[in-house]
Amino acid sequence: MGDPALSRRGFLAASAATGLGMTALTACGGDSDGGASGTTTIEWWNISTTEPSKTVWAALARKFEAQNPKVKVKIVQLENDAYKSKMTALTASGKLPDIFHTWGGGVLKQQVDAGLVENLTDRTKPWGDALLPVAREPYLFDDQAYGIPFDIGMIGFWYNKALFQKAGIAGPPTTWDGFLDAVRKLKAAKVTPLALAGKEKWPGMYYWAYLAMRTAGAEALQKAYDDRDFTGTPFVEAGEHLKELVALQPFQKGFLGAAYSSPTGQAAAVGNGKAAMELMGQWAPTVQADAGKGLGKDLGFFPFPAVEGGKGAIAEVFGGGGGHALRRGAPQEAVDFLKFFASEATDLELVKKTGVLPVVPAAESAIADPNIKAVQAQLKAATGFQLYLDQAYAPAVGQEVNDSVAALIAGSKSPGQVAQSITKTAKEEQ
Amino acid sequence: MTSTFLPDKRTGPGAGAPPPAADRPTGRTRRRALHWLTAAGFQLPALVLFLGLVLLPMLFALYAAFFRWGGFGMPSDYIGGENFTRLFQDDVFLGDLWRCLVLVVLSLAFQLPFALAMAVLLNQRMRGRAVYRMLFFAPYVLSEAITGILFGMIFAPDDGFADQVLGRIGLDGLGGEWFADPSTVMATVFLVMTWKYFGFHMMLYLAGLQAVPRELTEAALIDGASAWQRFRNVTLPLLAPTLRISVFLAVIGSIQLFDLVWVTTAGGPDHHSETMAVTMFQYGFKRYQVGYASAISVVMFGISLVFALAYQRFVLRRDLEGATTTMRGDGK
Repeated sequence: MGDPALSRRGFLAASAATGLGMTALTACGGDSDGGASGTTTIEWWNISTTEPSKTVWAALARKFEAQNPKVKVKIVQLENDAYKSKMTALTASGKLPDIFHTWGGGVLKQQVDAGLVENLTDRTKPWGDALLPVAREPYLFDDQAYGIPFDIGMIGFWYNKALFQKAGIAGPPTTWDGFLDAVRKLKAAKVTPLALAGKEKWPGMYYWAYLAMRTAGAEALQKAYDDRDFTGTPFVEAGEHLKELVALQPFQKGFLGAAYSSPTGQAAAVGNGKAAMELMGQWAPTVQADAGKGLGKDLGFFPFPAVEGGKGAIAEVFGGGGGHALRRGAPQEAVDFLKFFASEATDLELVKKTGVLPVVPAAESAIADPNIKAVQAQLKAATGFQLYLDQAYAPAVGQEVNDSVAALIAGSKSPGQVAQSITKTAKEEQ
Repeated sequence: MTSTFLPDKRTGPGAGAPPPAADRPTGRTRRRALHWLTAAGFQLPALVLFLGLVLLPMLFALYAAFFRWGGFGMPSDYIGGENFTRLFQDDVFLGDLWRCLVLVVLSLAFQLPFALAMAVLLNQRMRGRAVYRMLFFAPYVLSEAITGILFGMIFAPDDGFADQVLGRIGLDGLGGEWFADPSTVMATVFLVMTWKYFGFHMMLYLAGLQAVPRELTEAALIDGASAWQRFRNVTLPLLAPTLRISVFLAVIGSIQLFDLVWVTTAGGPDHHSETMAVTMFQYGFKRYQVGYASAISVVMFGISLVFALAYQRFVLRRDLEGATTTMRGDGK
């Protein structure tokens, strides 16, 4: 049994020690030995720790080395969360690896502002500009490119065509009113319209973020964050629209305690045909099949509907992907590697073997799944873009959005209070 | 080892402090100095670990609680007691305090009496006694995380084991959303806590009951005392020291509750099952407001400390008489 007070102290200690530990981590930076003669070693930090990406990426590095005999690629792979903490420490120390994984947005902007990231605008001409515009978006600041994407995705509604037919819904709704009608029809047909993982909060946030994009326009979420002000009328309206949906009681029983990918969670509810729709990213079909049975041919995709009278359009997307950035002063070999990684041949391999969406337009032909094709078509035609809020905003603000929207869905906060809570946290952060 | 030091330490009137060297520059002083040196040498590694891994981080958390700090680099944005004033205006944290109190009261009112009843029952001579004891103690051996995952599945609305069983025997009315409903989540968490911990308290009581001399109960029986009177007037008073320790452990356990809640509900729905430790985790490791999280941990530590000291001073006083925890060994 031991002394319970001791574990109590251990817990306290851990909370403070993490801070100390992270400070200590800053000591080890990413140095590259720019060998004047002979070979150059470039360090490549990525988060592909799972198969098949892990093997495919390592093989690509070897292929690059074979094509460039004087270059060695040293791969450092870290798990997602560990990578985030380590990068925060490295940013504080001012030394970044030659090539590193980035999601773009606020975090990359911080590193750019600190003068740690190479401006790639001129060094990646013309091949960099030819990549899918929406995929490049997260890495552009003042029209200057600081990163090169290798993946892109977006959030939208995944729905069960058979259940839609059963409820007599003609086709995917394109307006919010139409969407609410579809929800009512599904309810009338005794079908649970939507699955939601209330325990995890972030899936609920997607509704509010998309509604805010539709009422206030695609640029508004970033602008509100920069101005530390979310109290504008369109944001409150976004909350009102979400409240309209919640009032219809569209979610599965016990959604407030449901997880996302567990066997009793959101993805499984849709994958097992128990709920008709979920608002989720391009990874949804995989998780549905993994946590539940999967819908196969019955699965369809449609973009988040437009809100009547809102400034946003249905063609504006909420999403994100992955990319690579270079430390300031990285050798030319690192740029060569980015070019190699963004080539048609590499992208085809990535799309076929690791299931990412293509960023090189010519690699589109490699997509076999019709739903992923629909996502790709939507991304290609995107007229506006908002990056995932947890990458675009500081962690505390992103969490407050999740928390406040969860409270709105649970009925304990009003749309106005949601806007105020987020504004308050955003102001505290600066 | 220790036995060689203890008599030494207690012999002189000035116990604790080494005697003045000028007094008796004999072999005895030298031997004693050597003893101290040996003791210090053995303690050093443990002391360094304790200082570096327990005491310093604790002091650092106290320091960090006065800063707005994101957890990286050293804290530099000093804000005085702002974290603490913010803490006591935060509805979630005030709710945490309330929920902590609710758990303590529920534990004392239901969990411990239940454990006591089971202990008295299993102290009787009966067939399969050892099997029952083992069965009831088994949940305690399980880790909290596994317990959480298990009950997350059992209490899944509709599809879960609990709702299925209740449905089959026609008691659907008793089923519900368990962890997913703000009005039932605390009761469900408490149910799981009781399932996990009553066996531990039962074991404590069983050990205590073994120490109750049979002659006393037999004497009471001869005097014509009823079963209840024998329990109330003979067994219970003799079990009191065990009861006091078990109450102490239950209260401290409620204050620091984390794993079970984190795995089953993560504090939800809408903060209705959040505990102080969960709130601290949210702010420290999700929002990276480590200064604020440190303030929460300092308050948690303060509450535990005040409770532990007050409880030892006023309740455990008699049980601890002569034990090493009292200062200077005079124990008042």
